[in-house]
Amino acid sequence: MNNQNVIEAQKLTKKFGDFTAVNAISFKVKKGEIFGFLGANGAGKTTAMKMLIGISKPTSGEAKVVDYDVYTQPELIKNNIGYMSQKFALYDDLTVRENITFFGGIYGLKRSEIKQKAEALINELGLHEVAADLVGSLPLGWKQKIAFSVALLHEPKIIFLDEPTGGVDPITRRQFWEMIYKTAHEGTTVFVTTHYMDEAEYCDRVSIMVNGKIKALDSPTELKKQFQVASMNDVFLKLARG
Amino acid sequence: MKTILFIIQKEFKQIFRNKGMLPIIFVLPLLQLVILSNAATFEVKNIKFSYIDNDNTSFSRALIDKFEASTYFKVLDKFESQKTAKQAMLKGDVDVVLEIPNHFEKDLITNKKTNLLVAINAIDGAAAGVENVYINQIVQQFNKNVIVDLKKSMVITPSTNTELLKTIDSIPLFWYNKTLNYKTFMVPGILVLLVTMISLFLSGMNIVREKEIGTLEQINVTPIKKYQFIVGKLFPFWVIGFGLLTIGLILGKLIFNVPMVGSIALIYFYTAIYLLVLLGMGFFISNFTDTQQQAMFIAWFFVVIFILMSGLFTPIESMPEWAQFLTEFNPIRYFVEVMRMVMLKGASFTDILPQFVKTTVYALVMNSLAVWSYRKTS
Repeated sequence: MNNQNVIEAQKLTKKFGDFTAVNAISFKVKKGEIFGFLGANGAGKTTAMKMLIGISKPTSGEAKVVDYDVYTQPELIKNNIGYMSQKFALYDDLTVRENITFFGGIYGLKRSEIKQKAEALINELGLHEVAADLVGSLPLGWKQKIAFSVALLHEPKIIFLDEPTGGVDPITRRQFWEMIYKTAHEGTTVFVTTHYMDEAEYCDRVSIMVNGKIKALDSPTELKKQFQVASMNDVFLKLARG
Repeated sequence: MKTILFIIQKEFKQIFRNKGMLPIIFVLPLLQLVILSNAATFEVKNIKFSYIDNDNTSFSRALIDKFEASTYFKVLDKFESQKTAKQAMLKGDVDVVLEIPNHFEKDLITNKKTNLLVAINAIDGAAAGVENVYINQIVQQFNKNVIVDLKKSMVITPSTNTELLKTIDSIPLFWYNKTLNYKTFMVPGILVLLVTMISLFLSGMNIVREKEIGTLEQINVTPIKKYQFIVGKLFPFWVIGFGLLTIGLILGKLIFNVPMVGSIALIYFYTAIYLLVLLGMGFFISNFTDTQQQAMFIAWFFVVIFILMSGLFTPIESMPEWAQFLTEFNPIRYFVEVMRMVMLKGASFTDILPQFVKTTVYALVMNSLAVWSYRKTS
């Protein structure tokens, strides 16, 4: 694997019975970039991502994530990645601090380390007042930000975000993307799926999936040039309509 | 090990924070213990009794007085004919009809021998059997020379005419439960039920719940080891199982004064293994279900079969042979046996060794299946 690439997929395929959810996709993700993984609902984004994070075995093809093989070393991959699902995945019935402690704990951090990181996280997000509140009582936007920070606790090399801004207001989305930028700037690769096309503009490179296949892959600027349109929204519409 | 502690800590927090769950875990089972132990009894009381007196003598009236004096029978108005008696029994107004023949008194005095006809509503065969025994006891007390002709109505049963033991007097001596206190027999068994149901349901639903809310996926993308997750998840319910057992034993002593002849430590030791069977089973079920509803139905299906075939309510010895064989695979059966043996008979570890070995094997199998069927990667 090229040192510059943290994800390499070759003809990665996933079939459910007769249905091919992901059809032989090949792509590379460079270290430190924000890689947008776009597609309509049901295009196969989440399925592809699940193969990369080691919770779904590919039907065929190859993929390496942080130098580890998705077939044989999924647990090593898990050590080196963070994941935030589209289905919000902190525990509603635990407080902010307890969630941090728990996830820090199962990633094998020491208690003292967790405490220190929890403080830093609470400071950064300005959560002093709600740190002892149950996560369930917080607004969705806050939850998403906390979930994102929790996914970064163990300092992963890549963070996978599955539609992280679904259902949150524009201001929070903006703040969320600032967090993403900061993370990428610090050297963590960000792999993000979304169907908000304005968000696609923020990515370094985007791939667009249609019916299980990657139909386009380049920087937003290049893609707009290639399709001779003004926005990513139009690129997407052109592709999705065939 | 450290990782497991983090999971255990989290589980306990969630359990004790769940205001809807705590009462279900602790209050409901104890209510069940009190109610079921008092209600589930084989004692037959308030038997609706009536008679046809064709004799109308002081002897026949004295016999009826015997029944009136008994606490088991509620003596109703007498019937004038067999026909009205039959109708009443059809309607369920009466359980037992005793027919005293003509010349009852005369025969007893001159022939030293006479017959009585008894009709018993035998829809509930077990109750009818008990009633039959009661009637015979009363009649024999009255006069040893009366032969009771039994006629069980409603169902046709082979003749069970009771031969009178004219010369032999038997004095029964009941071991282990001298006063034949039904509760002494039932409380240990019902305690088994509670511990079983709660541990199985809770462990089965708990993991499915994480599937439903999506946190299981989050767990599966962490490098956590399968055994760490399973141990961390199940340990709290193991502790809760012990909590239930403890409270149940205390209540059994305080309310029902159930004896504890054997060693409490032995009961706890056995329960420790037994709970592993249930928790493994619960985890196994939750690996194959997607919603708490499914998990609940499956757990319920097994629990009902296990309970009814455990020997708790009906003796295993009277089951058909194939059913007796099936009970070999019933963990509740062994727990019921062990509880009764240790609490009432004072059985030692060697006495319960067969049950112990089988339960241990069961626990190993169930937990291997649980670990095997839990997949972090689908």
